[in-house]
Amino acid sequence: MKEQDPNLYGLMAEFATPESLVESARKIALAGYKRFDAYSPFAIDELDEILHCENSWIPRLALAGGLSGAAFGFVLQHYAAAVWYPQIVAGKPFDSIPAFVPITFEMAILGAGLSCFAALMFAYRYPHPYHPVFNVERFSLASQTGFFLAIEADDPLFDSVQTKALLDEMSSEAVYEIPK
Amino acid sequence: MPIQEQKSDDHFSLRDESILPKGESFESVTRSISNGKDAVKGRLAFRLSLLAALGMVFLLCVAVTHLFIRGIGIFGNNMPSAWGFPIVNFVWWIGIGHAGTFISAILLILHQNWRDSINRFAEAMTLVAVLCAAMMPLIHLGRPIVFYWLIPYPNSMNLWPQFRSPLMWDMFAVGTYGTISLLFFFVGLIPDMATFRDRAKSRFGQYFYGAIAGGWRGSARHWSANKTAYVILAGLATPLVVSVHSIVALDFASSILPAWHSEIFPPYFVAGAIYSGFAMVLCISVLLRRIFDFGRYITQRHINTMVYVMMSTGLIVAYAYLVEAFIIWYSQNPPEIQVALDHYTGAAAPVYWSVIVCNIVIPQILWLRWARCNSYCVFIVCIIINIGMWLERFLIVVSGLSRDYLMSSWAEFHPTLWDFALLLGLLGLFSFCLLLFVRYFPVIPMYELRSSIFKSKAHPKSSEVLS
Repeated sequence: MKEQDPNLYGLMAEFATPESLVESARKIALAGYKRFDAYSPFAIDELDEILHCENSWIPRLALAGGLSGAAFGFVLQHYAAAVWYPQIVAGKPFDSIPAFVPITFEMAILGAGLSCFAALMFAYRYPHPYHPVFNVERFSLASQTGFFLAIEADDPLFDSVQTKALLDEMSSEAVYEIPK
Repeated sequence: MPIQEQKSDDHFSLRDESILPKGESFESVTRSISNGKDAVKGRLAFRLSLLAALGMVFLLCVAVTHLFIRGIGIFGNNMPSAWGFPIVNFVWWIGIGHAGTFISAILLILHQNWRDSINRFAEAMTLVAVLCAAMMPLIHLGRPIVFYWLIPYPNSMNLWPQFRSPLMWDMFAVGTYGTISLLFFFVGLIPDMATFRDRAKSRFGQYFYGAIAGGWRGSARHWSANKTAYVILAGLATPLVVSVHSIVALDFASSILPAWHSEIFPPYFVAGAIYSGFAMVLCISVLLRRIFDFGRYITQRHINTMVYVMMSTGLIVAYAYLVEAFIIWYSQNPPEIQVALDHYTGAAAPVYWSVIVCNIVIPQILWLRWARCNSYCVFIVCIIINIGMWLERFLIVVSGLSRDYLMSSWAEFHPTLWDFALLLGLLGLFSFCLLLFVRYFPVIPMYELRSSIFKSKAHPKSSEVLS
């Protein structure tokens, strides 16, 4: 492996259509690259498989959040109504379980929703205002009409000359260097 | 408005009008929606409505200040009608919010792609409606300064809320509903905020949209996580559509008052909520189409489909009115019959028959095609439905309290000018927030439209979801 420019984050190719982006991403994955990402102005289902996106942890976390929310809601009501401030209202028992159902349910939804949201924000690393890809001027189109693919310099297969040649021979519009 | 477009609206058919206009590209969608918000600024209609809404917000501030200084005696609420306008407004606004959640969550899960153009502003409408609603019970408290006693927290008084009370359930239901609606809205907004960030010309715009976008760069990994989380949030919001208004209904149904103590209330409230909510979404859609020129994306097909959903829920509401009358007759319970007779022929008759005319009779005109295709007609009917639904809530809240079991506790409710000031002020706050939303945020989710274009190109049949 050759000496790399320490100020190079990677190389970026721009594509005119989502189809050419998907096709090139597939070729790069086949070539053995691991540290690369595709950028598009909307979700493209085909890329999930190519980039090995694994999100099953998000629903699991949401489930855990929901169960904890429900448990918290119920225990809160039990302690408040039967332990900390027991009070007879309308002759009902202290632990009036049917009356505790709505809040337990709402807390389950709230817990699941908040943990799902937190998981998503973690997946985004939100907020993440600076990223080297923003240094490429044309990249502002990635949120509008442009399709980009970036290979990072710390990929074991990365070589500034050969990788550039690989990106050049694909149906890309242009290839840019991404400074750090 | 070009005449030709008007014509194609009139000769509308479900089969030949697709959800998206033909010949749209990623570029044209992005440009026209981003420029739409700037084009809005110069319009006289926009400026005038913003000014009017601001005036009404000012009225709200005056009313609330006066309320905080003088206390709730400024309203018509008095024993036995202790709830009055604030709770009528609360129930009405919460109901309006429901259509937004229905559109954004339930229709997403059911793969109704036509919702893509209308879900964003429907969600914004939900948020603002929940804001308006949540204010009501708080300022209606005798001592609004201690509203936080509703929240269970360890305190030096060693006091805990009464969890067996439906009012507490309400606090949790509305709190959860508002939070989940906000999260859902925010998650959907991030990619479009990045588009606005990248298109912003002013430094302020770049910072403002950039701060919300939080460094969104459209990475495929982020999109993938977004798809997963968005569906989960939709799934979580779905039971809320049903549960929130059911719990609001339990505020009434779990009491023992003659007109309130009824099992039909939860489903009846939910149907009414979706009915009035869709009426409000339709009003806003028609305004966006006609005044703000979003007719390319909010097509006659959207209006039609929403009218169908609204009319179907309207029939459920009509059925609920019938069942309610039947149950009262079947129970042969004298106080219940007394309340019913009071509705049909007594002091509440003008309100009751207005409800029937506004909610059941007039809207049936929308089954006719020409009525659906006429924006003015749709708009006016939807306003009438909203008035009818407000009167229905008024009838429930006020007539239940003013006709108790004992004749000695009967009393009529008389609203004061401050009651109307509050109602008008809330409408102003609602319009003001929505107008600011139209001015500064993408009314239509751009990334969903781009995705629809991509999918319709990849699979030509997929845009024909409805047919």
